[in-house]
Amino acid sequence: MSTLLSTYPNTAMIQAAGPRNCLQANDWICGEYVRSRGQELLDATVQHVWITVASVAIGLLIAFPLALLARQRRGAAGPVLGLTTILYTVPSLAMFALLTPLFGVSAAVVVTGLVLYSLTILVRNILAGLQAVPEEVREAARGMGYGPLRLLFQVELPLALPALMAGLRIATVSTVAMTTIGAVVGFGGLGNLIDSGMQGFFKAEVLTASVLCVLLALIADLLLVGVQRALTPWTRAGRAGTGGAGAGGKDEEGTGGRDGKGGTGGGRPGAGRTRGLGRERKAVA
Amino acid sequence: MDAITGAWDWLGSAANWAGESGVWHRLGQHVQLSVVCLAISCLLALPVALYLGHLGKGGALALNLANVGRAVPTYAVLVLLTLSPLGKAGDWPTIVALVLFAVPPLLTNAYVGMREADRDVVEAARGMGMSGRQLLIRVELPLAYPLIMTGLRSASVQVVATVTLAALAGGGGLGRIITAGFGNYDTPQVVAGAVLVAGLALLVEAVLVAVERLCDPMRGKRPARTGRRGIRAPRKETAAA
Repeated sequence: MSTLLSTYPNTAMIQAAGPRNCLQANDWICGEYVRSRGQELLDATVQHVWITVASVAIGLLIAFPLALLARQRRGAAGPVLGLTTILYTVPSLAMFALLTPLFGVSAAVVVTGLVLYSLTILVRNILAGLQAVPEEVREAARGMGYGPLRLLFQVELPLALPALMAGLRIATVSTVAMTTIGAVVGFGGLGNLIDSGMQGFFKAEVLTASVLCVLLALIADLLLVGVQRALTPWTRAGRAGTGGAGAGGKDEEGTGGRDGKGGTGGGRPGAGRTRGLGRERKAVA
Repeated sequence: MDAITGAWDWLGSAANWAGESGVWHRLGQHVQLSVVCLAISCLLALPVALYLGHLGKGGALALNLANVGRAVPTYAVLVLLTLSPLGKAGDWPTIVALVLFAVPPLLTNAYVGMREADRDVVEAARGMGMSGRQLLIRVELPLAYPLIMTGLRSASVQVVATVTLAALAGGGGLGRIITAGFGNYDTPQVVAGAVLVAGLALLVEAVLVAVERLCDPMRGKRPARTGRRGIRAPRKETAAA
């Protein structure tokens, strides 16, 4: 557009005609669409964000006790992990369709479906993180008179945090993407715009909503990286000390992608443990 | 409860299984599209992953591909492709989208599997005078097999799910039964379609697990592993780091 404007002498005329044209010509990229439907885009984005946040938050609240249960009782680990894996195998359209008779056509269908998907990733990662806490650290904390609750929240949870956050990032990013399918019941956030754009063959609407959706996923991921850094200051201290900064950061990225859809970011505790351990020992000693 | 008995009745009626929009025809479309796209994806992804893994190059690409694949909504890609000039070419938008989403899990897992083949074993094989090709086929490939199969399973589940979504963008497959049900406010049909899709996805996963066990080149020789993914994961990660 800008090159076009600069090559034509009568830019004012083209500018006046341009915006109308891009809607009429059904261009993929159309600034006029964003200007005239700003409110619609904002509403869809807000719906997208709250569906995602609600799903991941509820998922985390359910996944944590499930992971504790799976760790406490050996017999429970198999069924818990198996069931969440089976849930993950069910395609999202089928999941929403199955939940519709239960909740009617409402946002609850979408949120419940997304919660069930996030469980798979979150339970695995929290469990792997907790299991990777070294036994000596636990012994030391017990020896210092830590009760089970304090042990969990002040020693084990901080050490499992990198694994938990890796899982949370995977769960959030895939939830942002999957929310679009909620359009099938009318609660898909930006997916609703993609849907209506498809019905009306409105290219700018589809592309704008799609790009916003990917941007949301990226922003959410970056925010979570920030939260993780704020919550685990010892890893940064370690980086500065050992100079292994690049390796540490890269590793997290790689782990997320490890399992494709299966998303076992779970291995991270290995790295998290070795990094966290020294720090924790210092803190305990 | 009404929905469950209704869906049962829907599945029991022979009329719903026959004809152009019947279950058999939709199932045929679904399976055919899935198999074709999975085959294309394997042909594209596995040679690249095995070669890169053998050379030990391109790791960042292979690992980040899966992250990107996760952030991009399948539905958006399907609709974008349908509205593009490709949309007039029948099944092609669906096929392209399917391949795009099946390649990342295949590539990433196969690459990681190759990289994590025990270095000592690889060194020993090289010391015994194995050529690069022998090393690849007789040492690294068997060691990478479990992860390659994990990738294949992820990709298959992804493909079955994506074909279902293609119905939203006007494609064929079992998803059509669900979308048609939503269109007619016919809850029993929606539930029946969902049961069929979920059943197919679980069947595919189960069959691939069985195939993985049967075709394992090191069947019975692999060190016992206690869990399928969860337990094995930590070892994978540390080795990759």
